[in-house]
Amino acid sequence: MNVKKMTTLSLIISVAMILSYIESLIPAFVAVPGVKVGLSNIATVFALYTLGAPYAIGVSLVRVLLSSLLFGTVASLIYSLSGALFALVVMITLKHINLFSEIGVSIAGGVMHNVGQVVAAALVMSTGAIAYYIPPLIVWGIIAGIAIGIVSGLLINRLKGKIGRIK
Amino acid sequence: MEEKLFGDKKIVADIILAITLCAVALFVFLLFQLTGENGASVRVSVDGQSVAEYSLAIDGEYSLNGGTNILVIEDGEAYMKEADCPKQLCVKQGRVSKVGESIVCLENRVSVTVVGDGEILEVR
Repeated sequence: MNVKKMTTLSLIISVAMILSYIESLIPAFVAVPGVKVGLSNIATVFALYTLGAPYAIGVSLVRVLLSSLLFGTVASLIYSLSGALFALVVMITLKHINLFSEIGVSIAGGVMHNVGQVVAAALVMSTGAIAYYIPPLIVWGIIAGIAIGIVSGLLINRLKGKIGRIK
Repeated sequence: MEEKLFGDKKIVADIILAITLCAVALFVFLLFQLTGENGASVRVSVDGQSVAEYSLAIDGEYSLNGGTNILVIEDGEAYMKEADCPKQLCVKQGRVSKVGESIVCLENRVSVTVVGDGEILEVR
């Protein structure tokens, strides 16, 4: 990792942090835990397409850790971390098989993030009852994923040339 | 200025993915709805441990987890009246009455689950 790449990575992580902060200001608007826009996923998808999978993992995990420390609780760290890991695995895999665009990858990421959170919550609270939240969370993950995918796609296309020169 | 944004045929694959996931959500939702029956009581768990069980037939107000949450049972339905967490998600979750339905407070790790008549809910 050269200095330029490291700087770009840091820049993307700071953007992710700002997005996390903005997200934390949005009040919960649906009575289902975990329903969020997932703005910071823009940074993860962007890093995945411009810098590559290892950088996307870095952006996502550092973001989760820092934003839980700053805006969340220990409980929220566990849920976010599980969601982030599920999302990363699926997004990296889908990008690799090259069948979907940024939107499809982002949809899968949004849905899996929510599924990961439910799985973590089911384990933490030792109850399968939380599975009731899966249908609304899947639908919400699709909606948020489309929005995040469109924004990420635009950013990737406009900035790819500049990031490319860094490599 | 026309920009070529999101590849070409990939967008079709994206739509198929979205529709498939919607179908999965609908299937899971219907599965829960169709198998739903009115519950007999609610079981309260804190940190995954069952701590109390209250009958849905008896109206009442209960303080949970040393007072972090207040549960109300009314007309065979249960709802969270108060919680000390900032997001108040459990309060907004509304009323539950069907077997398997639950109110969850992630912050306080309190969950309230509706259980059937004399039946032990499958707990993982």
